Amino acid sequence: MSAISLDSNEQNPGSNMRILVVEDDKTAASFIAKALTEAGHVVDCAENGEDALELITDTHDVMIVDRMMPKMDGITLVETIRSDGINTPVLFLSALGKVDDRVEGLKAGGDDYLVKPFAIAELIARVEALGRRKGQPDTQTVLTCGDLEMDLIKREVHRGETRIDLQPREFKLLEYLMRNTDRVVTRTMLLEKVWDYHFDPQTNVIDVHISRLRGKIDKGFDVALLETVRGAGYRLHAPD
Amino acid sequence: MAAGYAVLLLVTVFVLFGLLYWNTAVFVHEQTEETIEVEISGLAEHYRQAGLVGLREVIDERAQGQRLSLYLLTDPARRPIAGNLNAWPVATVPGDWIDFDYRRPVGERVVEHRAHARHLVLPGGYQLLVGYDIQDQVRLERRMRISMIWIGALALVLGLGSGLVMARRWLSRIDTVNKTAGEIMQGDMSRRVPVHGTDDELDRLARNLNDMLDRIEALMTGLRQVTDNIAHDLRSPLNRLRSRLEVTLMDDPGRDIYRTALKSTMEEADHLLNTFNALLLIGEAESGLDRSKLLKVDLSDRLHDLAELYEPAAEEAGLIFSENIEDGLCVRGQPDLISQAVVNLLDNGLKYTPKDGKLEIKAYTDDMKRSCVEVSDTGPGIPPEDRVRVLDRFVRLEGSRSSPGSGLGLSLVAAVTKLHQGEIVLDDNKPGLIVRLIFPAFTEIEPALSDARGTPGKVPQK
Repeated sequence: MSAISLDSNEQNPGSNMRILVVEDDKTAASFIAKALTEAGHVVDCAENGEDALELITDTHDVMIVDRMMPKMDGITLVETIRSDGINTPVLFLSALGKVDDRVEGLKAGGDDYLVKPFAIAELIARVEALGRRKGQPDTQTVLTCGDLEMDLIKREVHRGETRIDLQPREFKLLEYLMRNTDRVVTRTMLLEKVWDYHFDPQTNVIDVHISRLRGKIDKGFDVALLETVRGAGYRLHAPD
Repeated sequence: MAAGYAVLLLVTVFVLFGLLYWNTAVFVHEQTEETIEVEISGLAEHYRQAGLVGLREVIDERAQGQRLSLYLLTDPARRPIAGNLNAWPVATVPGDWIDFDYRRPVGERVVEHRAHARHLVLPGGYQLLVGYDIQDQVRLERRMRISMIWIGALALVLGLGSGLVMARRWLSRIDTVNKTAGEIMQGDMSRRVPVHGTDDELDRLARNLNDMLDRIEALMTGLRQVTDNIAHDLRSPLNRLRSRLEVTLMDDPGRDIYRTALKSTMEEADHLLNTFNALLLIGEAESGLDRSKLLKVDLSDRLHDLAELYEPAAEEAGLIFSENIEDGLCVRGQPDLISQAVVNLLDNGLKYTPKDGKLEIKAYTDDMKRSCVEVSDTGPGIPPEDRVRVLDRFVRLEGSRSSPGSGLGLSLVAAVTKLHQGEIVLDDNKPGLIVRLIFPAFTEIEPALSDARGTPGKVPQK
């Protein structure tokens, strides 16, 4: 994951978000801010939990919170804002990567957890996925992307008039991609959300699953929906 | 403490002896009075039947010789009429019990003896005193009192002495514990509290302290090893990274060269981070720090999922993938670490098995009810002489150096197996490699602390 895909946003105007970055490492914060700004978002920065409490407003779409900070740590901050009724999605950044640490972060009210070191592309993909979650509740029963349609109740998938048969895992994979239509999802995100694994295989296992799925939903159709975003991951996207 | 014991012993002795003394004295006293009463009623009977003369005769008869009974019959004016006492000893009221001293001839001498007696008035105003010599009794009581003092003194000395000895022994043992603790605080972690083999409370305390110290020392050693290894293992790649940057800056490179150098630097950094993560994971598993958090892991379920994840990739690589997983296998362990270990094995299989080869994952219970996970391929395999070595960190065999990899994959698998007190066996698949992970039989109860100290993962030579 060496190259950052910065052009993804151009195809999705209106997805600009306002993001609050709470991180005590100023250099790291400036990199994050720069990358997010170039991806088309507006970024505010706070150096610790106390500053963040003063800065946070309703207009923030996502918060990126470092776990370990002086004055007020990330966990306390998120617990505080949650008890104040602020539901802004939170992505934790942490150097603590054990299962327990992750569980602790999510329990405190975090929505996602990214362990340092991470690729900037990974961070952007996750932040954008969180931003989308805020606007669109998970209560839909039918997901669509172009002429691809997924009925979550009948557990059926159609592309146009053609019915597509999927294995249970493929269904789950496609569901996740469709819920994040037009967003980049990384291999790690897929591994975490679809397979519930929190480790990195050294081989291309995810790519193969994607290419099988692609064979089912794109093969034989004029328009390909499932794109590979170089250096980042995949995106389900219906051209206008 | 010693004085306390001595006093307690003394009090006990006094109470016991006092009871004995009192009981004896009361008993003898009652005997005496009973004898006297019998005499009195006998004499009174005589007086009724035979009158004063009869009574005199009986008294004189009884008073003969060295008998211990004492009699004195007087007229109303207390002038002696009969008996072996020559005068009324002390002033008395009729019906009284009295104690008095009298002089008694013993052989040639006359000695003073104590007597107990009762005063009676007969019809006609005659006074009768019937008594009994209690000198022996007095002597017995005196002897008992003296004995009591001696025994008391002896008890005091013995109690104090043994108390002191015992206290000193315990105190010195506690002192040893303190001294050991002091030495450990000074930094000598190898010190242990001596155990006397008496299995008393102090011994048990010593054993528990020693067990605790063993555990702490093992954890400390584990931690130190982890940090040492990480420092050692990261130095060379970091140095490589630095050299690349330095060499790039030496010339006057153009934009393209900078770009290429930065790109490779980033790749190297990624690689470094991967290595770092793998080392941390190995360290975590090797130190056994998280052994307390081992959970019930549904092994069959996990392996099915992993097989499902890897099957497409294997087929893509032109391999025949098969899974043969027995249902209902469970182990106690850390789910993510076990998965990571199996993933490493599958990754290796994918990487080293040539096209049209086979990759298989198997899981079964062996005859000792242990859960075995087997990943086998038809790749080049590992020669017998290298099978122990490849489990060390950063060991990459000839022929595999060209393919990507950190040389940490199998080390992690070995460390994870060790954490779970299992075994890792590398075997020949003829051709190819079989890696077998053997996990201990699953028990619902969490293993006791003493079992959790960790036996090193065994690598049998084949």
